[in-house]
Amino acid sequence: MVVFWEWLASILLVIGGFFVLVGAVGMVKLPDFYTRLHAPTKATTLGIGCILLASMDMHALRGEGVGVQEFAIVLFLFITAPVSAYMIAKAALHRRVPMRPGSYNPKLLQDARERHAPIHHCDQEKRPS
Amino acid sequence: MLESVLLLVSLMVAVALVLNAWRLMIGPSTADRILALDTMYINSIALIVLLGLYFQTDLYYEAALLIAMLGFVSTAALAKYLIRGDIIE
Repeated sequence: MVVFWEWLASILLVIGGFFVLVGAVGMVKLPDFYTRLHAPTKATTLGIGCILLASMDMHALRGEGVGVQEFAIVLFLFITAPVSAYMIAKAALHRRVPMRPGSYNPKLLQDARERHAPIHHCDQEKRPS
Repeated sequence: MLESVLLLVSLMVAVALVLNAWRLMIGPSTADRILALDTMYINSIALIVLLGLYFQTDLYYEAALLIAMLGFVSTAALAKYLIRGDIIE
């Protein structure tokens, strides 16, 4: 039984390392910012989830009970990764980071940019109050 | 077996960190650099957890949790600074 849990931890660790590596390779290889946003938000989050699951497994293997701290870390990361990706994407959208030429539906980018345009600080000062 | 797997996965995460640092250096826009920094935070959490598993100590999980929170807050602050030109208005 112990051998089974060790194998499970090893396989989860290798899968996690593989996905973290895939996220980093996608970060380097993909052509423009909006495609590069996909690599860390999906692949890296899955990879670190697998690594922390293996860590919980090894805690249980050492007879210290299932770790609560790893669960807290993985919960926090799974909640915050989409939020931070959304914030970076919105920042890039309003700073007009160029798309790769030949992307489909560039009008959608325009619509999304005009829908919730941020009020800039300099505009706020000029506004009559 | 578990020790060698831990070393192998640490090597993979270290290579991922080097690739992210490459994107952090060459990134054409500022948003690319923020994204690379955010990914480097997550990869360093993975590296710290692997180190804690290798040395069989519980001491590193608090550090990993702290890095997770600091990474999210700093990414949010940088993105807000890029959009608004100011963090606390």
